[in-house]
Amino acid sequence: MFWQIMLGIWMAGVIAASFLMIRPIQGLGELGRIFIYHVPAAWVAVLAYLMAMANSACYLRSRDLRFDRQALVNAELGTVFCLLATVTGAVWSKAAWGWYWNWDPRQTSIFVLLLIYGAYFVLRNAIPDIDRRARLAAVYAILAFLTVPFLVFVVPRAYASLHPDLAMVNVVQRRLEMDLPMLLVFLASLAGFTGLYFWLYKVQVSLENLLCEQTVREELR
Amino acid sequence: MRTRHFLLLKRSCAVLQKDLRVEFRTRYAYNTLMMFAVTVLVTVSFSVGGMILESEIAAALLWIILFFSAMAGLSRTFVQEEESGTVVALKLAADPEPVYLGKLLFNIVVLFSIAAVVVPLFLIMLNLSVAMPLSFVLVVLLGCLGLAGASTILAAIVAKAAVKGALLTVLAFPVLLPLLIGAISATRSTLAGVPLEVLRPDLGLLLFYNGMMVTASLLLFDYVWNE
Repeated sequence: MFWQIMLGIWMAGVIAASFLMIRPIQGLGELGRIFIYHVPAAWVAVLAYLMAMANSACYLRSRDLRFDRQALVNAELGTVFCLLATVTGAVWSKAAWGWYWNWDPRQTSIFVLLLIYGAYFVLRNAIPDIDRRARLAAVYAILAFLTVPFLVFVVPRAYASLHPDLAMVNVVQRRLEMDLPMLLVFLASLAGFTGLYFWLYKVQVSLENLLCEQTVREELR
Repeated sequence: MRTRHFLLLKRSCAVLQKDLRVEFRTRYAYNTLMMFAVTVLVTVSFSVGGMILESEIAAALLWIILFFSAMAGLSRTFVQEEESGTVVALKLAADPEPVYLGKLLFNIVVLFSIAAVVVPLFLIMLNLSVAMPLSFVLVVLLGCLGLAGASTILAAIVAKAAVKGALLTVLAFPVLLPLLIGAISATRSTLAGVPLEVLRPDLGLLLFYNGMMVTASLLLFDYVWNE
């Protein structure tokens, strides 16, 4: 319970700090504050997917259904954070570019991540047998993850993007364009979101494990 | 080492030969697929009418046609094995790798033969001229290779699922998107005509994607194929 309360206070602090401690970002103005939430949400969406892939690989090696449940939970959490990143991005895009959606390479890549999650759930629903479902879903999760580096790193670099990476990170000179308070708030938000993810993950996994135990017990009865 | 690779190739070709023979005995799957591709092409051409298309739009339309034709046909090889119950015999007769490679080769043959009909018809019906014919052919071939390379293992997954209909399209689209982006961009360049340096990154993307997908499929196919 202690950690949950700490997490709540931490996140409340991050929200307050995002309005109080940050100066308007150059070129983005007051709108730039949303990046305190947007970037960590996108980060967690990718992290959850990476975890889902690792769990899938563990499942294929060990054939232990526990890993399959973990992969499922990761995929579910990833979808939630991916939606958050997409929506915050679209809101910002409306305010800054005038359109909610214009298929900027960054928008494409986050949208494809959503599609991958969607296809993963569709595949799971289409296979009734538990072991077969776990196996095939694991293979798909690994295959689909291979395209993520293309979408996140290759495509936005190779094709012109308006996404304001350059306001935060100077790629040419390899340094951050953030001042100290902003960097601190951003890192705090990143830590808060990651903590939130791990807490949700723990709760969901124990829930899935309990549900599974219950099914086994009912079958034995 | 060399004999092992040679054996793998020989066995893959045996699977390919078997699939081709099965297909040519009935031919209905292939004919349906070909008619499907032509129908999509005619739909596109008809709806565009007599408009003069920019190379950007033409490239996108070409890959939409090829993508949906591939999705309609490529799950066929594995679904047919499941439906006719020959999958057990094939499992007994061959290792997973030759089966995968054989099916991949078969899918490549099917896609190439469809592209050989659809792409020239597309150019004729939309009245397009290709500025860089050789590069254009290369891009189409690489793109079809990628479509087959990524779809073959997904087709094997789909064949085991309860719902087969549109599942392959749903599963394949996000996986194929990097390929499609690269292929559309490269096709646009070859239609309009650009210096070779501009085309090179796209070709690199296509080649890299092909290599990655086939390697990953070879590693993962065992898990899909064996229960």
